[in-house]
Amino acid sequence: MRNAWTLTKVRMRLALRNRAFIFFSLIFPLIFLFLFLGLFARSNVAAVPYMLASVLAITVMGSFWGLSVQLVTFREQGILRRFRVAPVGPGAMLASSIASNYILTLPAVSIEFVLARRVFHMSQWGNLGGVFFLITLGIITFAALGLIIASVTNSTQETQVINQILWSAFLFLSGATLPLPMLPIWIQRFALFLPATYLVTGLERVLVARVGVAQIGAEIVALAVSAAMALFLSQQLFRWEPEAKVGPRAKALAAATIVPFLLLGLWETAHGNLRSAARTDFLTIRSEPIDRPAPFIAPR
Amino acid sequence: MSAPIIEVHNLTKHYGDVQALRGVSFEVEEGEVFGLLGPNGAGKTSTVEILEGLRAADGGIVSVCGLDPQTPGPAFKQEIGAVLQSTALPDKLRVAEAVSMFASFYKRRRDPATLLKRFGLEEKRNTFYSHLSGGQKQRLALAMSLVNEPRVLFLDEPTAGLDPQVRREIYTIIEELKKERKTILLTTHYIEEAEKLCDRVAIVDQGRVIAQGTPRELKQRSAGTTRIELRLARPETDAALKQLDGVADCHASDGVYVVHSTRVPQTIVSLVKYLEAHGNELSSLDIAAPSLEDVFLELTGRRLRD
Repeated sequence: MRNAWTLTKVRMRLALRNRAFIFFSLIFPLIFLFLFLGLFARSNVAAVPYMLASVLAITVMGSFWGLSVQLVTFREQGILRRFRVAPVGPGAMLASSIASNYILTLPAVSIEFVLARRVFHMSQWGNLGGVFFLITLGIITFAALGLIIASVTNSTQETQVINQILWSAFLFLSGATLPLPMLPIWIQRFALFLPATYLVTGLERVLVARVGVAQIGAEIVALAVSAAMALFLSQQLFRWEPEAKVGPRAKALAAATIVPFLLLGLWETAHGNLRSAARTDFLTIRSEPIDRPAPFIAPR
Repeated sequence: MSAPIIEVHNLTKHYGDVQALRGVSFEVEEGEVFGLLGPNGAGKTSTVEILEGLRAADGGIVSVCGLDPQTPGPAFKQEIGAVLQSTALPDKLRVAEAVSMFASFYKRRRDPATLLKRFGLEEKRNTFYSHLSGGQKQRLALAMSLVNEPRVLFLDEPTAGLDPQVRREIYTIIEELKKERKTILLTTHYIEEAEKLCDRVAIVDQGRVIAQGTPRELKQRSAGTTRIELRLARPETDAALKQLDGVADCHASDGVYVVHSTRVPQTIVSLVKYLEAHGNELSSLDIAAPSLEDVFLELTGRRLRD
């Protein structure tokens, strides 16, 4: 525990000395904030919390990118093996990755909140407890996902390719950039298999409809299961050495990451109301009546 | 007599089809500086990394401080210090932060400020790792390897790639550690390093220990030959020089002929006659006692750097 905390402090320092981290983790989300809120919620204050939910989700989801690249770089450069000869276990290394990421993401999220309220005149704070809960689970889930990616890829380039694919899916198919109800039905159905969708819709629910934690059960369960699964797998798959091969067991475990999301997506398709809830939140922020009977009308 | 602090018996390791270690055996006593000397690819790093708990052995028995490095728990890691051959630290980590961080991982620890002073890094304490020179990085690696007052220190090619002046600085540090009776396992392919620093040396080649003993013992095994290094005005073949009186072996490298002679006066007389007969002449001639390089050459037929 003490080692994990020491590493957390050091890794936070390293992150704050890294210009790429400052840009992508702190400035980039703010660019999104001003872009989304400035363009889409400029004359519609009711849209501010809805757009803020997207920006918060993008900020949280970004966790997986930086962490995976950092860990692979550490492994490639032989930095991890130096820790390996010291009494530092994979648990401390992984815990410090998630903890440092969590501590550094919270101020960014807070700044986004304050700017939404002060600059874009967001009329209410939403359900802050729910926001905090979702953001915490979201950071753990996406950070641990980054650690899994780091474990199953062998080079920084390979990691970047995987990250790019996942990031694009999270960004464009989950409702984080284009509202879920505006996407074609087949994409809406596909989105139910992505953990990002549960984060986005959960944040929309607590910010727009101000629902309590109990009313976003599906989102909480989805993220909690994802977080637990990703944490377990990242511990199982962790590699210190660049030449250590990803064995068949590790590959099977990595492939197993998809199972809870499959189950969740199937359950949500059959019994859930995530898409209808997303549509309700979307409709409430429209200042003008919807002039287009969209393909998003029917949730299932 | 107490049990050896490092024991290696019949150690084997392969990487795919390559047999890196073919039954390596040696023992290191507490307070001893033991060297593994051999060319690149001989199996030195594989041996050390198995002893550090970084690699799994395929066969054999290893023990460090009475513990098994193949199941390297925290207790094992508390006892060892290591300077790895291929490692680094994060670029934006400051020197003092690195030493303090690693010190915090151990129960038994030295004062980081004292270590920085001892290794001449006091002025660099706030410098980023990426801004250090090769020698400074190696001194930092040595400082970090000592933060826990290790019972056994592994130094894997600690001076590889460093310029001669920095190498001498590192030698001075290792000699100081030797005076403190620190147990050190050192790998190197520098003859000078092994002769200067090690109490005992195991010569490793192609995954086997081909000879071991004190540097003096090993050199005495060199069949009583004397090394004659000579430069000639015009090149001659090795074969021609091998025909001279008393010559046990001869090879040329970079224009220098290294002749091993069992009867030096006869060899020199024979050499001078040969050169006169062939219209050639000596540019320089040096007579030296045999080195570990000669021992290696005699045992393998190759030079360490080949």
